[in-house]
Amino acid sequence: MSENSPSDAPTQSRPELNRRKFLVRLSIALSSIGAALVAVPSAAFLLGLRKSPRIWRTVGKLDDFKVGETVNVAFEDPSPLPWAGVTAQTTAWLRRVSDQEFIAFSTICTHLGCPVRWLSTADLFMCPCHGGVFYADGDVASGPPPKPLNRYPVRISNNEVQILTMPVPIA
Amino acid sequence: MRFLKRTWLWFDDLTGLSAMLGPLLDHPVPKARKTAWFYVLGSATLIAFLIQVVTGTALASGYVASSGQAYSTLQFISSAPIGRVIRGIHYFGASAMIILIGLHTIRVYLMASYKYPRQMNWLSGVALLLLTLAMLFTGQLLRWDQTGFWSVLIAAEQAGRVPFIGNWLGHFILAGDTVGGATLSRFFAAHVFFLPGLMFLIVGLHLYLVVHNGISEPPSTKNPVDPKTYRPWFQALLAREGEPFWPYAAWRDVVFGFLVVATVVGLAILVGPPLLGKPPDPTIVEATPRPEWYFLWYYAILSIIPKWSENWVMVWAPAAFGAALVLLPFVARKGQRSPIRRPWSFAVVGVILFSIAYYGEVGKIAPWSPRMDAPPLPATVVGATSGPVADGARIFHDKGCEYCHKVAGYGGIRGPDLTYTGDTLTPAQIITRIYSGAANMPSYRGNITPDQMSALLAFLGSRHRQPIEPPVASSQP
Repeated sequence: MSENSPSDAPTQSRPELNRRKFLVRLSIALSSIGAALVAVPSAAFLLGLRKSPRIWRTVGKLDDFKVGETVNVAFEDPSPLPWAGVTAQTTAWLRRVSDQEFIAFSTICTHLGCPVRWLSTADLFMCPCHGGVFYADGDVASGPPPKPLNRYPVRISNNEVQILTMPVPIA
Repeated sequence: MRFLKRTWLWFDDLTGLSAMLGPLLDHPVPKARKTAWFYVLGSATLIAFLIQVVTGTALASGYVASSGQAYSTLQFISSAPIGRVIRGIHYFGASAMIILIGLHTIRVYLMASYKYPRQMNWLSGVALLLLTLAMLFTGQLLRWDQTGFWSVLIAAEQAGRVPFIGNWLGHFILAGDTVGGATLSRFFAAHVFFLPGLMFLIVGLHLYLVVHNGISEPPSTKNPVDPKTYRPWFQALLAREGEPFWPYAAWRDVVFGFLVVATVVGLAILVGPPLLGKPPDPTIVEATPRPEWYFLWYYAILSIIPKWSENWVMVWAPAAFGAALVLLPFVARKGQRSPIRRPWSFAVVGVILFSIAYYGEVGKIAPWSPRMDAPPLPATVVGATSGPVADGARIFHDKGCEYCHKVAGYGGIRGPDLTYTGDTLTPAQIITRIYSGAANMPSYRGNITPDQMSALLAFLGSRHRQPIEPPVASSQP
């Protein structure tokens, strides 16, 4: 409804019109503020993303890994929620390049996110979804992936191999 | 009986329900004649939606939306006989809903019912179509088996292709930095509260508009839509030959709706819900996520488009499709409604339906997927149990060649069939291909020893159409 429709105008005096205008504005303003008071914190909660700290997780003893081999290692989310269950786990493909050098690859294919598998006899990573193939150093060998496998930082600390957790690499 | 009637009269006096609903039920609708059965698709979609609301509510009462426990609650639901049937109804109800809303959209498009004054009917319908797709995606994921888990990551990676906000959007889907406790709750809230809530509102608007603007009359080449004269003309048409919706048009909705319900429940009992996959454990790396049938065509298209076009197809093609749906009733707001005068509309529908059916089939086969479970070639195929040919066959399997290349019925179909390579390629050509690779084949330079290569050549070179049989002394004269 328009607030000064022609049918009202001649019958209403100026103070009456002003009062009407005021009441309309008051009602609209209060409704908007009231809606915002509820909507803003709800939207903030919904849009809020859980930030995880980045911490070093131990994935095994140095001697557990043979030079030249790539194996699957699992480690826990840096701040798992109690009800996350198995989903708090993350895996990586860990390659011992030399005595002191490791590379940890994300298992997530850079094409569309399916889990890549290491074919130890072929020395290749292969993605079961669209057939993306990566070389042992993570570079794209063939297929649709647009870039090499993502890497986690790795360090050796007190004879233990540790991986620095990181957010799921997206785009 | 008298008591019931008196109770109703008392209730109706206090609520005025019959005064409000009576005109809705009695509102005149145009005679649809030969096309009358095409008009049942909208109400059937609504019935499918209601099936989902009822069974979804029942399922939610047995489901725990926690990333760690949802899978076991699904096992619990599926193990109870009634739970299995309810899951089945919800599963086939989802399929029914997307099929029916798709057919309804096609009917409205072919009959151009989206033209004046029903543009808002169309737009609210488009919103419902997109929300239905969102419900399908979030719903199959709540199964929270291995495929459900990886669907989240795949969705996040696709969202990541959106320019500028991709990274945020992807992590918004995950509900944080990683997949974890918060992820599934987000999809549960979307699937059970947010999306259905929106759908209820828009269904309400859509139904109101159906009554407000009237059900479109069957198109005729003689009556192109002129926005200036359409409403009075339509009112005159209703006055002349309209008949009350209830029960002269509604009975068809009821009959077809009943068939939908009976089919869905029948399939749920006879076929049952899809089996649960492996648990959503990220440490099980052997995962081959596949979408449900209604998204297989999209999965296939993403697999066969050239690499350079991926961002365009993943981001801009859906956006363009949505924009086309929204713009349609504004661009074509008046004029001919008859499909006979709009032959291109059949072409559009034909291409879409063909693509969904064809690429859906292709997606089922997934020729681009390596067959990573291909067993080593049996000795009967290899033709030797030792020596270079047998070694080569083992290398053919171990190096992953067999995952993409078929030999005598074993192996993948991504690359060319190598059953008769010995006839088609010289050793030099084979070496070149293995060393240089191709767009979809890795280069094996530095990945294969000379010994392995010569064994592989011996094996591939021995693949002939006519096996060279050793001379056998015939016992027959």
